Amino acid sequence: MNSAVNRDRTLPQLEQQVQTLLARERRNLSWVRFRERGIFLCLVGCGLFSLLVTGSIIFVLASETAKFFQFSEVTLSNFFLSTQWTPLLGNTKSFGIWSLISGTFMVTAIAMLVALPLGLITAVYLSEYAPRRVRSTLKPILEILAGIPTVVYGFFALMTITPLLQWCYSGFNVYNAMSAGIAVGILCFPTVCSLAEDALRAVPTSLRDGAFGLGGTRFDATVKVIIPAALSGIISAFLLAITRAIGETMIVALAAGSRAQITVNPAEEAQTMTGYMVQIAGGDVSNFGIEYYSMYAVAFTLFAITLTLTMVGNYIRTKYRETYD
Amino acid sequence: MSEFNPKGDEQVKGQTPENSPVADPSPTNKMQLAAGKSTEQFRPTHLITSRVRLAKDICFQRMCILTASVSVLILVFLLGSILASGIPSLSWTLLTGFPEPEPENAGMWPALLGTLWVCSMCALITLPLGIGTAILIEEFTPRNRLAQKLASLIQLNISNLAGVPSVVYGILGLTAFVSMFSLFDDTGDSGAPSLEIGAVYYDQFSNLASDPFLASGDESARERYFLVPVDLRDDPTTVPTTGMVAYENQEAGLVPVEIIAIDPFAEDPSTSPDQLSRTIDETSTPGRISEKQWYYLRLPFGRGVIAGALTLMLVILPVIIISTQEALRAVPTTLRAGALGLGATPWQVVWNVTLPSAVPGIMTGSILAMSRAIGETAPILIIAGIVYIRSAPQHLMDDYTVMPLQIYNWTSRPQEEFHHIAAGGIVILLAILLTFNAVAVLIRHRMQNKLH
Repeated sequence: MNSAVNRDRTLPQLEQQVQTLLARERRNLSWVRFRERGIFLCLVGCGLFSLLVTGSIIFVLASETAKFFQFSEVTLSNFFLSTQWTPLLGNTKSFGIWSLISGTFMVTAIAMLVALPLGLITAVYLSEYAPRRVRSTLKPILEILAGIPTVVYGFFALMTITPLLQWCYSGFNVYNAMSAGIAVGILCFPTVCSLAEDALRAVPTSLRDGAFGLGGTRFDATVKVIIPAALSGIISAFLLAITRAIGETMIVALAAGSRAQITVNPAEEAQTMTGYMVQIAGGDVSNFGIEYYSMYAVAFTLFAITLTLTMVGNYIRTKYRETYD
Repeated sequence: MSEFNPKGDEQVKGQTPENSPVADPSPTNKMQLAAGKSTEQFRPTHLITSRVRLAKDICFQRMCILTASVSVLILVFLLGSILASGIPSLSWTLLTGFPEPEPENAGMWPALLGTLWVCSMCALITLPLGIGTAILIEEFTPRNRLAQKLASLIQLNISNLAGVPSVVYGILGLTAFVSMFSLFDDTGDSGAPSLEIGAVYYDQFSNLASDPFLASGDESARERYFLVPVDLRDDPTTVPTTGMVAYENQEAGLVPVEIIAIDPFAEDPSTSPDQLSRTIDETSTPGRISEKQWYYLRLPFGRGVIAGALTLMLVILPVIIISTQEALRAVPTTLRAGALGLGATPWQVVWNVTLPSAVPGIMTGSILAMSRAIGETAPILIIAGIVYIRSAPQHLMDDYTVMPLQIYNWTSRPQEEFHHIAAGGIVILLAILLTFNAVAVLIRHRMQNKLH
């Protein structure tokens, strides 16, 4: 039947040819299998690298913090109970983390007072009210705001917001928590807005239509139906924004000052945890002294707080997500 | 009951504001229902509540518009105030000058090149790692329970890493890359590298003419510097002797010169200008200098470019992984199924089908991540500190500064003039970042057009 092939080849020759072809195919296949395996292992290596990063963060922070607590000047009770943070005072060194935490939380609270209402309302506007044209201009503006480096916000806080505050009320210090807090709030605003908007837009249209069908206005639908439905996403957006505000460094380093104290007066200086780390790293502190290791203890505290918040945020988002099919 | 309906309808129509921006007919429907159910005396209350609710809605909408315009105002105010103080101080000196102590001569050329070095190194390292991780999570479904656990652990880990403040990455970089866990500090001298490749050390002598006390007013003798090669960094300093051959750095390269060593307090130097210029004080201590090749490598890395790039890698790795995952998820499953059905192996599917169609999305995400790396200050500040840098980096271990760090440095100085050049620097930085963002937006736009 295969006359074209049979014409110039004998049967054994043909058989040999088939065998060589099959052998080549097998070699090819084993090479392909080998390549697949190698590439897969490379990718697994990439994946494990991210685990390694987390592992080394925890290892580095924990081991260096342990070294910090081995200094005779430092005690656990001093660290957790004292309200004085004076690591640079020669004779009366005191390491009470609460003054740094209070500074951090004051700046964060001011930032959230700015970012959360502004972000949520803008998100509601973008997702429920805004016409297409407004949306397509507002979104890029928010993206630009989100892309501005934090050092620029720090400059803005120190050079523009602080003079404005001092013009309003002369009691404001040159470095104050209020100005840093407002700038951090502006920084977090696009984050809150885009995450909350994602959550709001994920609510199916049928729920909106149902609310309208029952006679609700857009306001009713938003407040009574859509926001409750998107609540898990909105709360996780808030938590992520808080994490971002707590970890924000350059703005507080430039505008919040460098005196760690427990105060509720936003017109005064307030040093945050991140601000302290920058002060130590940028200053002329001898490597491997007690101040150097105190930086690690502060970083560990900061990492513990932000990691907890991030995990709670992710948990809320995945656990309490309303799914609609 | 039926006779109430037309009445109710009429009244509602009368009460509904004609120019209400809310165009949906739902309030009317509700009134109809309510009117149908209720007795006549309830109707006015409903009308009032409906009016109140409509008013509330309009109020809320106005508030929304107001808030949204606040964000625009903030941007305009922020950019306006920076441009107002930054534009006047923009100059050629600011772009190509060195960070001199006088504000009018200061520039950010070393910072610009430092940013270029650090960020391109960072991109080279991060992109393969990040895209690889994303492909692993998205494209390779785990076969057994252990792999499943591992994949979900990696996924959870990435979302947690994305929330770690960048300053903490700076601290990690300080320990892991700058001092390398002090593993190589066996020399006892912290900061000195214990392993070096590509560095040549010299002892540098200066001749008598360069010493103002010994030059003795001889005009013809000029300052000369001689280099004596040393084998190792920790060798004892060379003692100059007469007749020793040293090298002089001239335009043609290193030129050998025979030197004369004398004790200037015991004997008078020769009066011939040629000999005088080759005469060295034999009691002088030389300075040890080094010449580093472009491939110079040291362990630990120290506060060099590579440490900065690796630290920035930690910061933007989660960003790149997450954006790549999103880009990969957007590729329709049918494409993959088709390729698999034709007999392609998983990697062939990824390489020939999924990746090519996800490239625009990956590029957009990567560009945005890189613009974040360019603007990132805190980790660099932690690992590099504020140092006075006069030149662009020459090799991967060289000291460097980056643009945001230079801006921070200028902003934190008390003099007003420095604040103006800081604003000028911000304008340059923002121009670069906006270009990056514009490219990303353009790519995304073209991608959307292609898909539709």
